[in-house]
Amino acid sequence: MSTVSETTHGSAVAMSAPPSPDDGLPAAELARKYGLAVSGARPSLPDYARQLWARRHFIVAFSRAKMTAQYSQAKLGQVWQVATPLLNAGVYLLIFGVLMQQSKGMGIATYIPFLVTGVFVFTFTQSSAMAGVRSIAGNLGLVRALHFPRAALPISFAMQQLQQLLLSMCVLFVFLIGFGHMPGPSWALIVPILALQFLFNTGLAMILARAGSKTPDLAQLLPFITRTWMYASGVMYNMVEALEKTHAPKWVIDVVGANPAAVYIDLMRWSLIEDHSRIHLPPHVWLLAVGWAVLVGAGGFVYFWKAEEQYGRG
Amino acid sequence: MAEQNPTPAADAARVPTVIADDVHIVYRVYGGNTGRGSATAALNRLVRRQPSAGVREVHAVKGVSFTAYRGEAIGLIGSNGSGKSTLLKAIAGLLPTERGKVYTDGQPSLLGVNAAMMNDLTGEKNVMLGGLAMGMSREQIRERYQDIVDFSGINEKGDFITLPMRTYSSGMAARLRFSIAAAKDHDVLMIDEALATGDRSFQKRSEARIRELRKQAGTVFLVSHNNRSIRDTCDRVLWLEHGQLLMDGPTEEVVRAYEKETAR
Repeated sequence: MSTVSETTHGSAVAMSAPPSPDDGLPAAELARKYGLAVSGARPSLPDYARQLWARRHFIVAFSRAKMTAQYSQAKLGQVWQVATPLLNAGVYLLIFGVLMQQSKGMGIATYIPFLVTGVFVFTFTQSSAMAGVRSIAGNLGLVRALHFPRAALPISFAMQQLQQLLLSMCVLFVFLIGFGHMPGPSWALIVPILALQFLFNTGLAMILARAGSKTPDLAQLLPFITRTWMYASGVMYNMVEALEKTHAPKWVIDVVGANPAAVYIDLMRWSLIEDHSRIHLPPHVWLLAVGWAVLVGAGGFVYFWKAEEQYGRG
Repeated sequence: MAEQNPTPAADAARVPTVIADDVHIVYRVYGGNTGRGSATAALNRLVRRQPSAGVREVHAVKGVSFTAYRGEAIGLIGSNGSGKSTLLKAIAGLLPTERGKVYTDGQPSLLGVNAAMMNDLTGEKNVMLGGLAMGMSREQIRERYQDIVDFSGINEKGDFITLPMRTYSSGMAARLRFSIAAAKDHDVLMIDEALATGDRSFQKRSEARIRELRKQAGTVFLVSHNNRSIRDTCDRVLWLEHGQLLMDGPTEEVVRAYEKETAR
């Protein structure tokens, strides 16, 4: 037998005492002697990034599986992935375009694409935040069963929202062309805008994932925060014009216009809708777009990594 | 029946693969308070600044120490809620320890991909997803795909692998999960109640697969309430009770003491 045991039942704890030169060595020294590492310790940041890169196929497969599973119980199945944003845009068209005839002084042909762009772009950030806050707390089973860099979860959820947005963009193109906004060279700017917004969203999802794993209550609070954010970002109206009417101080207008959601929404509108006179880009808008993406993207990654070994604790 | 598996190689050079040093694990449960669950009661607690009232601590593992060596197959026994699964998760580095440390050789893997699988997806897609979640590459999974499906026996009664997993019987789903998890080679392998599922012929196949994995793996841990499967596969047994290590020794000795205790 490999193990010599001196056990008398009833004497509480029994000891296994292997007769070997390692006898009596403290656990830490024994571990060092045989090169054992502490289980569940947090890897260094470069190692963490490398591990995450090695799991890139899992991240993509997980986000696509979530996407597919989403509507698998519905009879129409994956059709809903396009039908949902289409209906969303249709509701706005019905209420603002047909019932209220309200175009905020920019003509219905501009207002509807203006509104739908705002809603889709903001929803991308909003749903990434909502999915992010639950990405650890809602997947504790997975976190407690398998070993992988936990950042894979919020990234995967942000990627799922990106896929949803790409489908929504197809609907948006139909609306744009339907209202007479023909594709121009500025449409190519969608790619860098979406890339920057995705980076920002992923960072945001990672920050919220860590916060949400510690304080699950945040998931209840977040809808109110994002709704406030939505009204402050001018999704349904031109925020800068509305503020100018109330004679708000200039710095308030600048601050509101510089918030990341407003920056990405305005950039997207500016590149898609020809009538530029209605869209006020804040100064240094591209610098802001890149700055927010890098700051929140990189900051979120480091912030998430700092608590890596603590995810999974109830 | 109780065929022991002596490990002569381990005697020559006893290389430790897992060292648990005074491991304590505490779960924190929210909303597990025994007080009134109404909103006014919760508000009252908030106002009186007693936020801890909503949190209960469960001290699941209390100071367990042991050293596992290469080539060993170690069984974990004990009544329900004695901390066996929790201890395995701590060894795998999935649950943080409150006090004490676990040292391991390489990355121990817990045989359990069930959490990564999605019931709304087909068995086929779940094989891919489960494999990727365990850290296999897409090429490795493609290579072993047929083996996984054959081993699970899912397709014995028709083409079930292309159906969503929610249409599977519980036995079929468990068999597929085990097949995916067992497809990877592990340094330190931990199996939690996996053998309890499936019909007799599948249990035979999985026991054979565990012996095979044990040859490749450094060390195997097995949690089971089935003393027969513990006797068949393990040569050393840890008996946990109330989160404490009650006994640690050769299979026959510990299992007999355990049976004597539980028979009462």
